[in-house]
Amino acid sequence: MAEIAIKKKRPKNLDLLSIRLPLPGILSIIHRISGAVLFLLLPVLLWLFQSSLASPESFATFKSVVGHPLIKLILLGLIWLYMHHFCAGIRYLLLDLHKGIDLESARLSSWIVFGVSIAMTLIIGAKVLW
Amino acid sequence: MVNRIVVGAHYGLKDWIIQRGTAIIMAVYTVIFLAVIGAVGPDSFEAWRGIFANGFMKFMTFLFFLSLFYHAWIGIRDIWMDYAKPDGLRLLLMIATAAVLVGYAGWAVQILWRM
Ligand code: HEM
Repeated sequence: MAEIAIKKKRPKNLDLLSIRLPLPGILSIIHRISGAVLFLLLPVLLWLFQSSLASPESFATFKSVVGHPLIKLILLGLIWLYMHHFCAGIRYLLLDLHKGIDLESARLSSWIVFGVSIAMTLIIGAKVLW
Repeated sequence: MVNRIVVGAHYGLKDWIIQRGTAIIMAVYTVIFLAVIGAVGPDSFEAWRGIFANGFMKFMTFLFFLSLFYHAWIGIRDIWMDYAKPDGLRLLLMIATAAVLVGYAGWAVQILWRM
């Protein structure tokens, strides 16, 4: 069926250095990556949650694990991934309702997602990690 | 419907709606959770545990976990459908994804009710 050969040379632009992904595109790919990374780390996060609740001893273990500077940095990254997915997710829900669908608003709301998620990450990080 | 395509990504209105529904539940829970943390400012094991000993928060947390696992199932399945092209591999990855998520749901029950 799909045997019709395409002989004409078509212009291709897969030069990664010359492609400029627009901001909503970057938002979208980070949304997918954040969902996948959070999924992959679910066993670790569930283990941390369990340790924090099971007993005073496991809570102490939890405290010492999340007290490590490198772990704190990783957790800050995860909080950002979650906050990005959360804010971008709400943006998608609004787009599904046809709110802010035109190019100008879509760009503006992408900026807002990045701004709000980074601000929330810093606030939460300052409150609970440091 | 002889020509129904069963392997393309993003088919199924039901799944689409469930992914949105679970997203809303999780978004609401996130706001509640941050508000509670902000208000209680748990700085000890007792205070932290107290949050989840409360019946309302236990229920909401469990609802959050169930939504999360269902939401992640649909989302990760979509990702496999986009990138895992051989049917056998795709099926294997989907089964593995479903299996771990069902396991996590049992684990979440255990965490919340045996604490
Ligand atoms: C407040 C919490 C959350 C909200 C509001 C939310 C919202 C959404 C929305 C609206 C979508 C659909 C996007 C689309 O079809 O283009 C989505 C996709 C997805 N979500 Fe979430 N989500 C949340 C939490 C999570 C968490 C915690 C995880 C991971 C464990 C997760 C994993 C995924 C995955 C893997 C996808 C598929 C991504 C894709 O197809 O590109 N989500 N989320």
